[in-house]
Formats: sequence, structure tokens, C-alpha cells
Amino acid sequence: MADALRVVAALGRRSVRQTFRRPQLVAPILIFPTLLLAVQTGGAASAVDLPGFPAVNGFLDFMLAGAMLQAALLAGNTGGIALAVDLEMGFADRLFASPISRYAIVLGRLAGTATLGVATAIWFIAIGLIFGVEFEQGVVGMLTMVIFVSLCALVFGALSSAIALYTGQASVVQGLFPLVFVILFLSSAFFPAELMLEPAASIAEYNPLSFIATGVRDQVIGGLDAAVLAETLGAIALVGAISFALSAVALRRRLRIG
Amino acid sequence: MTAASPAAVRPIGFRGGLGMVRALVRRSANEILRVPGAAIPGVLAPTIFFLGLNAAFGNLTQLSGFTTDEYQSFIIPISMLQGAGFTGAATGVNLARDIEQGWFDRLLASPAPRPVLLAGMVVSASLRALIPATFLLGVGFLIGVNWPGAAGLLLALVLVMGTGAIAACWGVMIALRFRSQAAAPLMQSGMFVLVLTTTAYAPLELLQGWLAEIARINPLTQVVEAARQGFIEGAVVWSETWPGLLALAGMLSVLGALALRGMHHTSDH
Repeated sequence: MADALRVVAALGRRSVRQTFRRPQLVAPILIFPTLLLAVQTGGAASAVDLPGFPAVNGFLDFMLAGAMLQAALLAGNTGGIALAVDLEMGFADRLFASPISRYAIVLGRLAGTATLGVATAIWFIAIGLIFGVEFEQGVVGMLTMVIFVSLCALVFGALSSAIALYTGQASVVQGLFPLVFVILFLSSAFFPAELMLEPAASIAEYNPLSFIATGVRDQVIGGLDAAVLAETLGAIALVGAISFALSAVALRRRLRIG
Repeated sequence: MTAASPAAVRPIGFRGGLGMVRALVRRSANEILRVPGAAIPGVLAPTIFFLGLNAAFGNLTQLSGFTTDEYQSFIIPISMLQGAGFTGAATGVNLARDIEQGWFDRLLASPAPRPVLLAGMVVSASLRALIPATFLLGVGFLIGVNWPGAAGLLLALVLVMGTGAIAACWGVMIALRFRSQAAAPLMQSGMFVLVLTTTAYAPLELLQGWLAEIARINPLTQVVEAARQGFIEGAVVWSETWPGLLALAGMLSVLGALALRGMHHTSDH
């Protein structure tokens, strides 16, 4: 167990270092969500005047959760791409041949993705603080946001890893990049579901990401609600159960076919 | 065997230059024909943004001060210009790849003048920008985008091609500066910022804070407004068209000159 944890920690560190060394990996995780946050906050700020829009101090208060989740999903996708690159380049084969748990190899990559989730959450909390966002739940709320965003990166990262393990091709995992935006736009990450157009509004109501977005956002604009926290954790657990199961199946298949 | 002296290399002339541009455009087209998958991200990304933004922000038209009640007609020009931006920036990524693989050095060693090489890349990007624009128009009309009229459509396509050319100049400039595909995010995010810091989401009167100020001075705002008029008003008027054309010509001149300077600088070193 201790050995496996050491492997997870070492591979997690490698994953984080690898991301920050390559601008093409950092850009989708931090730069694009920040740019989009800046533009959407200025461009659609008048949306807070729409009837039915939640009570907020400013549109940035509402949008911060969306930016965090966008970054978390893209961190997950980037982790999947990096795993596929490891498979393409033969690095993963060398790891598979070494006397360590195969699951620890994948978990190491996911630990790195979860760490990136923490980093992105802190980045956007800092942006929020600089630009005057009032975090209703204070420091506890900020910590809760960091945990939710990190878990979100972890479970969506597991989904990307499953595809990376199944296909072994970075280009296929990279092709999921637009799908991240489909998932985001069909959730309440960027706008209240009840104010979206149909059929997106109905889809957003049942999209697990909407529950996660509400859980993250409520730390900024809402009160402490046990039901919302439970729904958020439930949504993360649901996505996690599916994505980890798929990852395990894909890993076993890869080890079988070599 | 004796090598040809430099004096023996004759200028390629206008027709030769035109042939060279045609050859570079053909090469670019071959890339699309041989690897059609490579064109998909440039088409898919703006389409997803178009559909997603329309679904999420569609009710913004209920705000007083909005010039239309059909958000899809309001944002279709943005998505078309965004597609042109991505496609043009891809020209820079392709050039960076050619630099990394040494193919560009062979082009520089050819007798083709630098402006001709740049023109080949820019014209290719302009034409490629029509691919996402056409796809977006198809999707847009399916979900109820207003018919802009023949003149409105033609103007929008001209502006899309111009934006593709601007993006190509920007991409070429960055590629020549960094000489690596790792600079791709800079090429893409540059165009991303240029397109979205306009009246992309809402009319100027509804923008707030710094974005309103930036959108007011961003020359691409004029291009957006010129492209948008047909979709919103169903007609094109000269008073809303010439500022867009002028802004496009200005940006193309500046970025084209900078890209050309980068090419000369590359040859010198």
C-alpha cells in the first residue's frame, strides 16, 4: 500500500511538472477559461437584470463557478492527452513492465489532474478576490470550492483516461476538447438553467455538471445548504463511479492486448 | 559541374509570383483533402460555441437595448469570424511545423520573393475560412438565423475571408518569432481575444466595465457590426459597411507588414 502511494505521488508530481513545462498544456487549463471568464463577465453582465436571475452582487459572482469547472474539465482532458502520449511514446509500457501496481500508474496521473484542479480553483478564487467577489461562505466556502473543483477534475480526468487507455491515441483524446464545451453549455455552469433556451434548459436540469456547478456556486452566492452539498457530492460520485469503472475496464483491456 | 551564379537567377515576375501563390494554395487545399480530420476542430469549435452561446445566453435579447429578439442572428457573425480566426491561426501552426521540419527553409532558399510566400499563406487562410463559415451558416439557417440577403451574405463572407487573412498574418508573425508549434496557444488566444472583445455577446450599450471600453476601440468591432447588419436588419447600408472594410484594411496592412518584416528577419538570420 505504501509503495503504491509512493508511485501515485511520484507520478502525480511528474504529471503536474509536465503540464507547467508546456505552454500548450497550461493554456487550455488556465488561459482560455480566464479569457472566457473576462469576456463573458463584461459581455453578458446585463444578464443579472433578467427576471428570474439569482440574486448576485455582480455577474462575476455567478460566472466564477463556470470558469472553475471549465478549467477542471480541461485539466481532466489534458491529463488524458498526456496519458495517451505516454502510451504512444512507450513510457507507459515501461511503467507497466515495472513491479508496481498498474492501477497506481493511472491513479498517479489522476492525482496530478486533481492537483491541477486545486491549482485552478485557487487561481479563480484569487481572481474573484481581486475583482471584488464576495464569498458568502467565507474561507470554509473557498475550501469547499477547492475540494469540489479538484474532485470534478479527478472524475472527468478518469473519463479522459479511460478513453486514452482504450484508444492509446492522443489525437482521439484531444478530439474530446470540443465535447467539454458541449457538456458545459448544456449545464448551468454559465447561465441559470431556468433562463436557458430549450432543449438546453431541460438537458441542463439533469446534467450532473449542473449539480456540481450549483454546489460550487453556492459557496459564493448562496447559503449553506446540506441538500445542495449532498447533491453535489452525489453528482461527483455518479460521474466518478462510471469513469473509474470505464478506466479499470480500459486498463485491463490494454494490459491484455499489450 | 558548375553551380548557377546568383546573377543567373532571374526574378520570377508577376505571373511567376501568381503561380507560386497558386501552388501554395493548392498545397494547403491538399492538406484538407488528404487529412480532412485536421479541418474538423476549426469547424467544430465555432459551431459548438455558436449553439452553446445561443442556448445559454439566448434570453439576453429580453433586455432593453438589445437590437434583435433572435440571439442566433446576433451571434452568427461572431461565430463565423471566430471560425476564420481559428482557421487563420492554424496557418501559423502549420508554418511552425514547416519551420520545425525544415520545409520552410527550402521555401526561403527558392527564388520566390517573401511577399509572394506570405501571400500564398494568407490567400490559403482566406479561402479555408470559408469552410467553417459555410458550415455555420447551414447550421444557423436550420435553427432560424435570418436570411441576410444576397448583399449581406456576400459582405459577411468577404469579411470572414479578410479576418482569416488577418489571423494568418498574426499566426505567421508568431510562428516566425517563436519557430515552434508550442506557440500555438498564443496564435489562437490572440484571435480569440480580438474577436470576443468586440460586441460579441451584446450591443455596445449593454457591455459593462473594461469590455465596453475595449470594444469601443477594437477595430474588429467595426467588422462585426458590418457583418451583423444583414442578419439583423436584412439589408446592407454603406454607412455601416465602410467602417468595417476600412478597419479590415487597416489591420491587414499593419499585421501584413509585421509578418513580412518577420520573414525578412528570418531570411537575414
